[in-house]
Amino acid sequence: MKRKHWRLVFLGAGLGALGLAAGLVLTALDDTLVFFHDPSTLKERAFPAEQRLRVGGLVEEESVVRADDGLTVRFVITDLAHTVPVTYRGILPDLFREGQGVVAEGYLKGGVFEADEVLAKHDENYMPREVADALKKSGNWKGEDAE
Amino acid sequence: MIAEIGHYALVLALAMTLVQAVAPPLGARLGDGALMALARPAAAAQFLFISAALACLMHAFVVSDFSVVTVADNSHSAKPLLYKFTGTWGNHEGSMLLWVWILAVYGALVAAFGRNLPPRFRAWVLAVQAFVGLGFLVFILATSNPFLRLDPAPFDGRDLNPLLQDPGLAFHPPLLYLGYVGLSTAFSFAVAALIEGRVNAAWARWVRPWTLLSWCALTAGIALGSWWAYYELGWGGYWFWDPVENASFMPWLMATALLHSSIVAEKRDSLKSWTVLLAILGFSLSLLGTFLVRSGVLTSVHSFASDPARGVYILVFLVVVIGGSLTLYAWRAPGMRAGGSFRPLSREGSLLANNLLLAVGCATVFIGTLYPLVLDALAGQKVSVGPPFFESTFVPLMIPLLLMMAAGPLMAWKRAGPGAVLPRLAVPLVCAAAVAAAVAARSGGPWGAVLGMALAGWVAAGVLTELAERIRLFRVPLGESARRLAGLPRAAWAMSIAHLGVAVLVVGTVGAGNWAGEREQVMRPGDSVALAGYDFQLLDIGDVPGPNYLARQGRVRVSDGGEEIALLLPERRHYPVQDTWTTEAAIHTTWLADLYVVVGEDAPGGGTAVRIHHNPLVPWIWIGALVMVAGGAVSLTDRRHRVGAPTRRRAVPATATATAGD
Amino acid sequence: MADEGTRTPAEDQAAAKPVSPALRLRYLVPVFLFVALAAALGVQLLTGEPGKVPSALIDKPVPAFSLPAVQGFEEAGGFETAHLGQGEIALVNVFASWCGPCRVEHPLLMALAEAGTVPIYGINYKDTPADAERWLGRLGNPYARMGADVDGRAGIEWGVYGVPETFVVDGAGRIRHRHVGVLTPQDLDETILPLIEDLRG
Repeated sequence: MKRKHWRLVFLGAGLGALGLAAGLVLTALDDTLVFFHDPSTLKERAFPAEQRLRVGGLVEEESVVRADDGLTVRFVITDLAHTVPVTYRGILPDLFREGQGVVAEGYLKGGVFEADEVLAKHDENYMPREVADALKKSGNWKGEDAE
Repeated sequence: MIAEIGHYALVLALAMTLVQAVAPPLGARLGDGALMALARPAAAAQFLFISAALACLMHAFVVSDFSVVTVADNSHSAKPLLYKFTGTWGNHEGSMLLWVWILAVYGALVAAFGRNLPPRFRAWVLAVQAFVGLGFLVFILATSNPFLRLDPAPFDGRDLNPLLQDPGLAFHPPLLYLGYVGLSTAFSFAVAALIEGRVNAAWARWVRPWTLLSWCALTAGIALGSWWAYYELGWGGYWFWDPVENASFMPWLMATALLHSSIVAEKRDSLKSWTVLLAILGFSLSLLGTFLVRSGVLTSVHSFASDPARGVYILVFLVVVIGGSLTLYAWRAPGMRAGGSFRPLSREGSLLANNLLLAVGCATVFIGTLYPLVLDALAGQKVSVGPPFFESTFVPLMIPLLLMMAAGPLMAWKRAGPGAVLPRLAVPLVCAAAVAAAVAARSGGPWGAVLGMALAGWVAAGVLTELAERIRLFRVPLGESARRLAGLPRAAWAMSIAHLGVAVLVVGTVGAGNWAGEREQVMRPGDSVALAGYDFQLLDIGDVPGPNYLARQGRVRVSDGGEEIALLLPERRHYPVQDTWTTEAAIHTTWLADLYVVVGEDAPGGGTAVRIHHNPLVPWIWIGALVMVAGGAVSLTDRRHRVGAPTRRRAVPATATATAGD
Repeated sequence: MADEGTRTPAEDQAAAKPVSPALRLRYLVPVFLFVALAAALGVQLLTGEPGKVPSALIDKPVPAFSLPAVQGFEEAGGFETAHLGQGEIALVNVFASWCGPCRVEHPLLMALAEAGTVPIYGINYKDTPADAERWLGRLGNPYARMGADVDGRAGIEWGVYGVPETFVVDGAGRIRHRHVGVLTPQDLDETILPLIEDLRG
């Protein structure tokens, strides 16, 4: 084979690798994306119980209740227009606090959001972007310095 | 007063940078040697001034000078001295100053050790380096001045985010930046080479030590960051595919590819334009990482500063630096002379495959990191791309890479016959099969774990086979083999060590990903929980005061078959100044597994939430990373890779030169 | 491994040979990709708000899909791409029996179907056939045609990620509007019906 032919082999291998990656990326994007919603959207629309969702907003003041088993926590996420009740079993992250921004990931079942992951920002001065947008959308954004 | 000196030093550094960015190219154009020679003293002066500025800021932190805004916002008089010191870069302003200081360190190093570089070329390298520094110094002075005064000064500071009060933080950012920013040297060399039209084997040899140095630092920095997340965040995980982690991982992938492609460029004068592109992309991704982290464009658990005004500046800067260098590349690269040709089945071919897989892997990480951003901008939909995405895209791409890792080094340069390569792969193949059988028999799966362990065995056996080939083990007398082993060039050792490190790392990730166990429940003093054959008993829980926090500390006795093997002291700390809590996991390692205990809040009905993890093989992850760094460090000591080597080498007898190859 | 020994590198690159423009273009790919990325970053940074375009599918032809009939409504047949864009403006409504808000907007769809203003097509999203049949039996069927999207594949093609959603498709088979969430009489009067009037022109 000539040099030219080898070039074609290399080109083929390169395109093959790219194609493989593109295929992997596309299938993965279909299957693994998790959409983010605010409580208002969850009120307005329904979602299949098996669809993984993220919901974000503020933890409503005085809404956090611990069950007697000591691990199950119930709280309410609000975008100050609508609310959604959340349950979570496990130790909450350090920065989880009432009145602060939070993002929960899990499934919406019968109007209750069953979270298996709760994320709170590492920096308590900074609002998660999704939460900030959710508050802006519901008209309750108080600006960058809201603490 | 000290703060003003620091500010003034920064302004002087800016002036020096300006000289360094403008004079050398002018000299190169006019053929004026004196102008070009200005670059070196300017680089040294720039380094000194920025060092002075950094020292001033450290001083302000250490003496708790709360009249400086940065200190007041991020420090507190009751903080332990170590964290006052490391708090210098635990905030946006300070970390930017650290960034530009490390850039200046590299500039000064190139100026000091680049004596053998052709003067015109060196002039361009230092000018490009200075241009990047200029952008960052203007950024710091205009938008993130760490020396701003606060009047009146507060009585005390607002304290450093407690999560960042950890020894891990003392070394994580400096190491990470040493890697991130170190890629600027490869970038400057690439841009200078494009301008000067000098991309050849000598160029590849000059770039290599700088790339190696930053690669080692980046590897160590990422590993340290991962370790910090593992024990400090208390989630039992070591890697979250978080945007900030990805921001450091992408340059690492590019630097790894660059290390491998520059071997081909150096030895075979081939893959040159690709190598140059990698050098540009590696640093571009570092800059992009800085942009993503600093501007708050992406939300992430790590970001600690966000400000759109800063983001706009950085974006413009990115367009100039990355866009400019890529345009230069598009203009100059087509004129590059093609180097030595090679067949797909050859050492070069395998290195090219390695590059392709690393680049494509990097692209999948890139897409996963930026997809939410693009979808939000285009469709207004908010999505998150989590670990499942990366596990089903990036991880499969690493399988052929690991396969190649054992086979590639066994191939001859230029063209390798299948007949010569395949028999040599027999030993790795047998080892992989044996490991697979052993793992399947012992753990019973899952098949992904069996495959992963087999791959690790394959890589490790491949490395040993290659070493055995080199010393002609069992084909020549053992004494002769030993003599050959001792005479192996450092670079050969380096490759073997680094690749073994990868095998160890793979063992760790496979173990952690497949066999980890977790129990979470409320425990009262005296309660026991069994996990993975160990018995965890909560003895008691009580309050323990710390220097600037109060801890709820649990005492957990771990026993194996009735015999106590460890007493773990997990804590939940309350930092009153910022009114925040942190979780301090307690970890006992058996080297084959970590036993990891976290205490949570007290339950209303009595007792305390306790989470226990059994993380098999996790320590291997960091051991593997350390071994990889050691490999890189050994390679750095290789005579051939030293910057001064080409000049000194002439004194070495010709026979020695011949064996020092490869 | 055979050592190649030290090679003599060509110190400088040869005088640039004329390179074909096609080959040159290859080297521009990184620049183009970066420009696109910088633009996306810039938009994101400067707007700081979610994008205004509600769907990536707006003004695009409807995606290719073909759905079987919903259980109990077999005689009406299934629903597929070819049914749309036959010169007639149509609404496509995505619904499910498990979806509370769908029940809220259902009477409105029934009224619209009775008035005969515009044909409504339905995509029954991720539903169990028996539940869908019972739901439609109790509340009535406003749909000219319906398809059962049991595995949600067609929903993905349409970019649906929660129900209900309603699309306006013009006579040429292009999606002209996407309404996300419950359809209210106000939405219908102020947005959807005027748009249909416009399209009929």
